[in-house]
Amino acid sequence: MEQTNFIWEHFGVNLWTVLAVISLPLMFVLVYALIAILAELKVSAWIQERVGPMRTGPYGILQPVAEVIKLIQKEDITPDQSSKLLYNLAPFIIFTGAYAAFAVIPFSESFVPAGIDVGLFYVFAIGSISAMGIVMGGWASSNKYSLMGAMRSVSQLISYEIPAAMAILSVVVLASSMNMQEISRAQSGYFWNWFIFGGPGDWTKIFVIPFTLGLTIIYFIASLAETNRVPFDIPEGESELVAGFHTEYSGMKFAMFFFAEYANMFVVSAILTTIFLGGWNSPFGDFLQGPWWGAMWFILKAFFIVLIQIWIRWTLPRYRVDQLMYLGWKVLLPLSFICFLAISLFVMLN
Amino acid sequence: MSEKKRLDLEYSQLDSDRMRINVGPQHPSTHGVLRLEVEVDGEIVTEVVPHLGYLHRSFEKHCERMTYPQITPYIDRMDYISAMNNEWPYVMALEKMLDIKVPEKVEYLRVIVAELNRIANHQIAVATFGLDAGAFTPFLFYFRDREYIIWILEKLSGARLLYNYFRVGGVSGDIYPEFKEEVLNVVKQVRKTNEEVMNLLIYNSIFVKRTANVGILTPEVAINFGCSGPVLRGSGIAHDLRRDEAYSVYDRFDFDIPVGKGEVGVVGDCWNRNMVRVHEMEQSCRIIEQALEQMPMEGDVKAMIPKRIKLPKGEVYMRAENPKGDLGFYIVSNGTDKPERLKARGPSFVNLSVIPEISKGYMFADLILILGSIDIVLGEVDR
Repeated sequence: MEQTNFIWEHFGVNLWTVLAVISLPLMFVLVYALIAILAELKVSAWIQERVGPMRTGPYGILQPVAEVIKLIQKEDITPDQSSKLLYNLAPFIIFTGAYAAFAVIPFSESFVPAGIDVGLFYVFAIGSISAMGIVMGGWASSNKYSLMGAMRSVSQLISYEIPAAMAILSVVVLASSMNMQEISRAQSGYFWNWFIFGGPGDWTKIFVIPFTLGLTIIYFIASLAETNRVPFDIPEGESELVAGFHTEYSGMKFAMFFFAEYANMFVVSAILTTIFLGGWNSPFGDFLQGPWWGAMWFILKAFFIVLIQIWIRWTLPRYRVDQLMYLGWKVLLPLSFICFLAISLFVMLN
Repeated sequence: MSEKKRLDLEYSQLDSDRMRINVGPQHPSTHGVLRLEVEVDGEIVTEVVPHLGYLHRSFEKHCERMTYPQITPYIDRMDYISAMNNEWPYVMALEKMLDIKVPEKVEYLRVIVAELNRIANHQIAVATFGLDAGAFTPFLFYFRDREYIIWILEKLSGARLLYNYFRVGGVSGDIYPEFKEEVLNVVKQVRKTNEEVMNLLIYNSIFVKRTANVGILTPEVAINFGCSGPVLRGSGIAHDLRRDEAYSVYDRFDFDIPVGKGEVGVVGDCWNRNMVRVHEMEQSCRIIEQALEQMPMEGDVKAMIPKRIKLPKGEVYMRAENPKGDLGFYIVSNGTDKPERLKARGPSFVNLSVIPEISKGYMFADLILILGSIDIVLGEVDR
C-alpha cells in the first residue's frame, strides 16, 4: 500500500494509527463546523447591516458552542406515525455520506486518509448517499411537507449530478488520473498551473482556459445544489415547505442534519479546490510550499469557497423546482458537454 | 403500437392520487393565521380553499357597545400594519355626519402620517414578498428603514404600531420641532433603500423568473372580484381613491398612480403587483414632500367639537385608500353616542377571495408567492 500519510510513515500501520487517521478528519470537521456556523452568522449579519451575535464570548465567537448546547438540551421527538427505524437512521446516513468523502480528500501532500486510485470516482459515488438519507428522512417522517421535500431532493439530485460529473471527468482527462493526490501534484508550481487555468502546459493551453473556467463555475453551481444551499435549497424551501425534509426533526437529530450540511459544504469546496484550485499547492511556486503549509493552503482555499457559498446564500432568492431542472438539464448539461469535448480534443491533439 | 404511444398510455394509466395539504394556520408564509386547504397533483396546485376565522374578534359587534371615540383603537387592530390609514375613513365618516371642518394643519398632518404609514406598509409587503421568494437580506433592509418611520409616528402619537392618533375633528398630538427635518431624512432613506432593493431583489434574474408570469390576474377578474389597491393597479387599472375621490387635501398634490405595465412578464402577475408597491413608495415620498411644503406649521390640531359625540340619526359610508385597497366604513346611527351598526369593508378580505381563482395550475411554490403578492393582513380579513 502506498504510504499516503505521515502518521503511517512514522508510526507504522496498526490499529491505533488507523484509528488516528480516521478520527483526524472528524476532529477537523467538528472544529470547522463551529467556525463555519460562526462565519455564517457573522457574514449574514454584515451583509444585512447587523452586528450578529455579540453576547457569547468576545464578539460572540462562542455562539456556535452555545447553539450546540442548546440543541443537545432539546427534546428528541419521534412522531407517532413515523417509520421509527428509518426516521432515526436518516440523519446519521446523511452525515455518513458527507463524512465518508473525507477519506480521499488530500489535505496535504503527506496526508490523505486513503490514497485510493479512483478517489474522484469514490467521492462522486459516496456523495449521492446524502440524498438517500434525505429521502429516508422525508418519507419516514410521515409529514406531507417532508415528503414533498424528499421528492424534490431526488429530482434535484438527478439534475445536477451529470453536469458535476462532466466537470470532474474533464479534469480526469487533463490530469490523466483519478487519484486526488496525483491531480494535486499535477498542478504544482505557480497558480497558472491550476486546472482552473487549464493546468500545466505551454502557451497552447490558452485555448482550453475558457472551458476549464466554465467548468469550474458549472461545478460550483452544481455543488450549491448538492449541498442544498440557496439558490437551490429547494428540498428545504422554508417559505413553502416549512423546513422540508427535516420538518419533524428536533434536538440532536436536527443538529446532525445541520452538521452534515456544513460538512457537505466543505466536501464540495475541498473537491473544487483539489480539482481546479491546485489543492494543497501554494499559489506562488516554492513560496510557503511543504506538507504543513500545504494543509494551510488547502484549508484556506476550501474555506474561501465556503465563504462564497455563504455570501450567495444571503444574497440570492430561491429557484423553483422546475427551474432548477431546466437549469440542470438544458443549460448546465449541454455547456458541460461542450467543455468536456473541447478539453478532450485539446488533450488528444497535444 | 409505436414506442411513444405506449409510453403515453402507461403514463395515463398511472392514476396518481392528489394530495391535500393544509397550509397554515401555523406556517411560515401565510402572513398570519390564514389556513389554505390546498390540493396538489405532485407539485401542481389544483385547488385552493382559504379558511378564515382564526383571528376573528367580533370587531363589528364590539363596536355596537362602544362610544364613537372608543372605537378608534379597535380599528387600529384591524390592519395593524397601517393603523393610521385605517382610522382615517372612520374619522372622516364621523366628521361628515357631524359636519365638522377640521383645521388646515390637521389635514396636512393626516396626509403625512398616512403616507408615512403607507410606506411602512409597502416596505413590509415587498420585504415579506422577497422573503417568500427566499431572499432574506432585503427583508432586513426594509425593516431597518421602517423603524425610522415608526419612531416618527411614535413621537407623534405615543405608540409604535396601534396609534389611536386620529380623533374626530383633529389628531391627538401636535408636531414637534424637528418633525419636518426628520420626515425629510426618512424620505431620503426610503428612496435610497428602494434603489438598493431594486438592484438586489426586484430586477434579480432569479426573482424575475420566480415572479413574472405567475398568478396572472386579468383586469376583468380583478374587477369582478372587487379587488382594489395595488392588486387592482397591478392589473393595469389606475384606480386610486386619493385621486378619484380626492378626499381631504389630496387634490392639492401632484402625484402619479403607478400601474402594472408588464415591464417584465405580463400585466397582472406577481412581479407587477409587487412593483406597483415599490413605485407607490416613491409617490408617497413625493406627496409627503409637497405636504411638508404646504403645511402651516402653526395652529391648533383640534377643531371645536362637542364633548359627547352623538351622531344624528341616519347612515354614512366613507371610504379611503388604504395601502391594501379601498377601506370603507358604513355606520348606521340611531341618534345615541353608540353606533346601531358598523360595517367595515376590508380590502384584504376582498383581495384574498381572488386567490382560488388565480393560483390554479401553478406550482406549489408559486402559490406562496401569489399569496405574498396579494399582501393580506389577517387582522383585517377576520376582524
